[in-house]
Amino acid sequence: MHQDKKRTKGSSLMRGLGAALLMMLPALVFAQDAPPPPNKGDVSWLMTSTVLVILMTIPGLALFYGGMVRSKNVLSLLMQVMIVFCVGVLLFAIYGYSVAFSEGSNQFFGGFTKLFLKGMTGDSLTGTFSKATNIPELGFFCFQSTFAAITPALIVGAFAERIKFSALLVFILIWLTFAYYPIAHMVWFWSGPDAFTTAEAGAAANVNAGFLFNKGALDFAGGTVVHINAGIAGLVGCMLIGKRIGYGQTALPPHNVPYVMIGSALLWVGWFGFNVGSNLEANGFATLVFTNTLLATAAATLAWMFGEWVIKGSPTMLGAASGAVAGLVAITPACGWVGPMGSIAIGVLAALICLWAVSGLKRMLGYDDSLDVFGVHCVGGIVGALLTGVFNSPALGGTDVYDYVANAFPNPADYSIATHVVSQAWGVGVTLLWSGIVSLVAFKLIDLTIGLRVTEEQEREGLDTVSHGERAYNG
Amino acid sequence: MPEGRAPSDNDAKAMKMITAIIRPWKLDDLQMAVARLGVQGITVTEVTGYGRQRGHSEHYKGSEYQVEFVPKLRVEIVLDAASAEAVVEAISNVCRTGKTGDGKIFLAPVGEAVRIRTRESGAAAA
Repeated sequence: MHQDKKRTKGSSLMRGLGAALLMMLPALVFAQDAPPPPNKGDVSWLMTSTVLVILMTIPGLALFYGGMVRSKNVLSLLMQVMIVFCVGVLLFAIYGYSVAFSEGSNQFFGGFTKLFLKGMTGDSLTGTFSKATNIPELGFFCFQSTFAAITPALIVGAFAERIKFSALLVFILIWLTFAYYPIAHMVWFWSGPDAFTTAEAGAAANVNAGFLFNKGALDFAGGTVVHINAGIAGLVGCMLIGKRIGYGQTALPPHNVPYVMIGSALLWVGWFGFNVGSNLEANGFATLVFTNTLLATAAATLAWMFGEWVIKGSPTMLGAASGAVAGLVAITPACGWVGPMGSIAIGVLAALICLWAVSGLKRMLGYDDSLDVFGVHCVGGIVGALLTGVFNSPALGGTDVYDYVANAFPNPADYSIATHVVSQAWGVGVTLLWSGIVSLVAFKLIDLTIGLRVTEEQEREGLDTVSHGERAYNG
Repeated sequence: MPEGRAPSDNDAKAMKMITAIIRPWKLDDLQMAVARLGVQGITVTEVTGYGRQRGHSEHYKGSEYQVEFVPKLRVEIVLDAASAEAVVEAISNVCRTGKTGDGKIFLAPVGEAVRIRTRESGAAAA
């Protein structure tokens, strides 16, 4: 998957030759060598990326959402995002990591070998996308835990200003367990590159790799796992919970657009950790991922702004912030698979399609997705996932998919856009169905037991005082 | 004031309250104009409302709103009735742009006024 010439620490001719010889030996001999220690640059970048993703959620997403609601509900959004983040990382430590990233007896759920992070110490290692290159497993755990935490936090925007706090917490527990962890497992769990000594060895090692991984679905940083996943859950939720009081008749404008801008900027900056950190190594290839994340987002921001200017008459700050997020969402699955110009194309297309999704489509289908979780994350994720199959093509500047058996990239002429888009469609379709159904069942169950929505009187007063006994702005 | 007699315009001790709804950016001009006429007290509140100047449309992502209400300032001045006419004229002249939305001025009689610090009452306190 990487085109760069990897340079290990203190590389010298002897070491290079030695490494090349080792890789040519049969698997049996190779397995007897001690695993190489992690590269300190890789570890530093992994931890830094993790911090950046935390920043994306708190306060990035919190402010992005908080600014978009009315002032009487701002604390409810800040709370929901922050608390869901905490629940997310803790649950991941308890059993999420094990279910998502350990081998199970099938291609859908992992096992329980790493429950409570059993056996994991500072010395535990896990693989990357390069052969004979490891990173500390705890570092990988922390990085992935922030993904498992921001994803449920994204969902809350769909039913903002009317959900019951306790109902949300219960939903998150159910949804993480039955939607996020298996989907993460399906898309991302594999044997690692070291198993691909021969094609047969690779296939054998990946019998229980993720279902969607085995379908060839490419998702570099989580377009499917995070955005389509959260987006469809949000749509199901907002449709079941119903529209806000006054939706369509009264103006419900954002109470603090500066917060929204600050939030979107923190999201963009943090997203470099999200996308580039997913490379798991700090090498030349990471800079390509960085480039894609930078250009797609800038292009998307401008595309949304111009689109809005033409259709609505003025370029708004809220639109620009939304365009940036749409671009980020769309480039997320693609950032390690496409070239810079492809990323610009993806950004522009995603922004324009999402602009339509949050206006035209929303009006057509009549749902109140308050903070456009479906319109931006689901739709943007679908656009990005499908276009990944297109712009991964070497003819369109993409990287193609590295062959770990041949230890080289395939012949560019062999790239079939159609085949890849079909693989991508598998990822999109399965995620939509799986997450949609889990969400439907979960929301229904909660509604029948504790109730999903606050009362009309409570909604009119505002969630901050009613659910949290607090006022955001006091004198 | 003599018992049983309501204040009238002719009574020099009578007071009026001028309530002016103006465009927010006209405040400085208004304040300078009335200061020149000797007005020493003024209270300003931010309000929202509309008369014939209806609002405008705003759009937030997919939603477009017709915003009826327009931000204005409410300026209140309590003064002796004799001076009121000149002040109303000054406010009118300085706040007029000729376009809809210039605002309105209301006058109302004021029964009593008290200065908290000195306990003075009547027009001297206004």
